[in-house]
Amino acid sequence: MTTPPTTAPTQAEIDAAIVEADRTAPPDPHHPNRDYPPYRSSALRHPRQPLLPIVDPEAVELAGPVFGATDVSSLDSDLTLGLAGEPAGQRITVTGRVVDRSGRPVPRQLVEIWQANAAGRYAHDLDQHPAPLDPNFTGFGRCLTDDDGSYAFTTIRPGAYPWRNHVNAWRPAHIHFSLFGTAFTQRMVTQMYFPGDPLFRYDPVLRSVTDQAARDRLVARYDHDLSVAEWSLGFRWDIVLDGPISTLFEDR
Amino acid sequence: MSLPPTPAQTVGPFFGYALPFTGGGDIAEGPESITVHGLVLDGAGDPVPDALVEIWQADRDGSLTGAPGSLRHDQVTGEVIGRHGLDFTGFGRVPTDADGHWAVRTVAPGPHRPGATPYLAVAVFARGLLHHLHTRIYLPDHADALRADFPDTGADRLATLLATRERDRRYRFDIRLQGDRETIFVDLR
Ligand SMILES: [Fe+3]
Repeated sequence: MTTPPTTAPTQAEIDAAIVEADRTAPPDPHHPNRDYPPYRSSALRHPRQPLLPIVDPEAVELAGPVFGATDVSSLDSDLTLGLAGEPAGQRITVTGRVVDRSGRPVPRQLVEIWQANAAGRYAHDLDQHPAPLDPNFTGFGRCLTDDDGSYAFTTIRPGAYPWRNHVNAWRPAHIHFSLFGTAFTQRMVTQMYFPGDPLFRYDPVLRSVTDQAARDRLVARYDHDLSVAEWSLGFRWDIVLDGPISTLFEDR
Repeated sequence: MSLPPTPAQTVGPFFGYALPFTGGGDIAEGPESITVHGLVLDGAGDPVPDALVEIWQADRDGSLTGAPGSLRHDQVTGEVIGRHGLDFTGFGRVPTDADGHWAVRTVAPGPHRPGATPYLAVAVFARGLLHHLHTRIYLPDHADALRADFPDTGADRLATLLATRERDRRYRFDIRLQGDRETIFVDLR
């Protein structure tokens, strides 16, 4: 195991920074503040200048890339297939709907996920956490939403894993999601968490969403009706994409 | 009805085996293609080796309809083999390398409506960046039109949206997340 540098802050110092960031946060923010000191890597990676507001109903960003059957193989949505054997861990189904802020479904768009294996390790060279790699788990998948905006993946429940933000820093178990809407303005990368994780309160990435109600929207719900007997546990997570879309593309 | 949105989260450090795809930077190739490339830099001026750059743009005729097939896959192996080069998908995706460098091969976009100033729309994701950023790449031919489009923004700042011509058909565009010459990031309303 690699010992973090002695200059790394303690969890207590990070907890205090989280309290301070909560205190100074604007009311009811929907998204993380890019300048979020408890997540130390954000320090040099956020703009200091305000964003340039643009109001243009014909902006390029109000359209976006499209994907189709040629972009996704039918096996891509099952992360437990394609290798020699069954991956270790608890098999789960994750499903939900992708809608825009008006509640309209986002049909036939690309959803991509990636995650650590059941032991909390990514199939990535830079992940040096001494947990076992799983030769039977790819760790990434993709699918298209259906006409109703629904997506579904079969995978295994990922493990929590340590990271170097501070001493004894652990990420709560999560699945990374990448989503496209009908417009490039709706492009979204986020993370889905599992209900009741005791690590939530310690994690600066989740806590960067300072509003509790907004944080709750990142947590899937266990759905017993989605669980399959003798096979898998079901989780439901619906996603609401932000950002304007062009009225020109509403009916596309 | 306005539903509260799902919050964004950082792409993290480990997207490299999931999001980049074969031919992700080859948006268009051929005699008319151009290369656009550059670095992603942090507030200390250091390269960012774990960023992801996405491009969305109009075709040379200004068309924004795009086409599916950026991630075309082999039906036998399931591997992504990339676009077939006939349809223009308008979408590119490249991770930065260990030096913080990225590059795409594409065509110069046309005006997306009569009189519009063409540009490449960019989304930037990175470890340490909690919510991705949008910016735009304008080619140097359109420098005057860019200044006319944003009369209230200083020329110094606007210059961060201009690619520079390095030689014929090759343009440089660095993305500075913070600090001196910080890139303009845009917020579409
Ligand atoms: Fe992760």
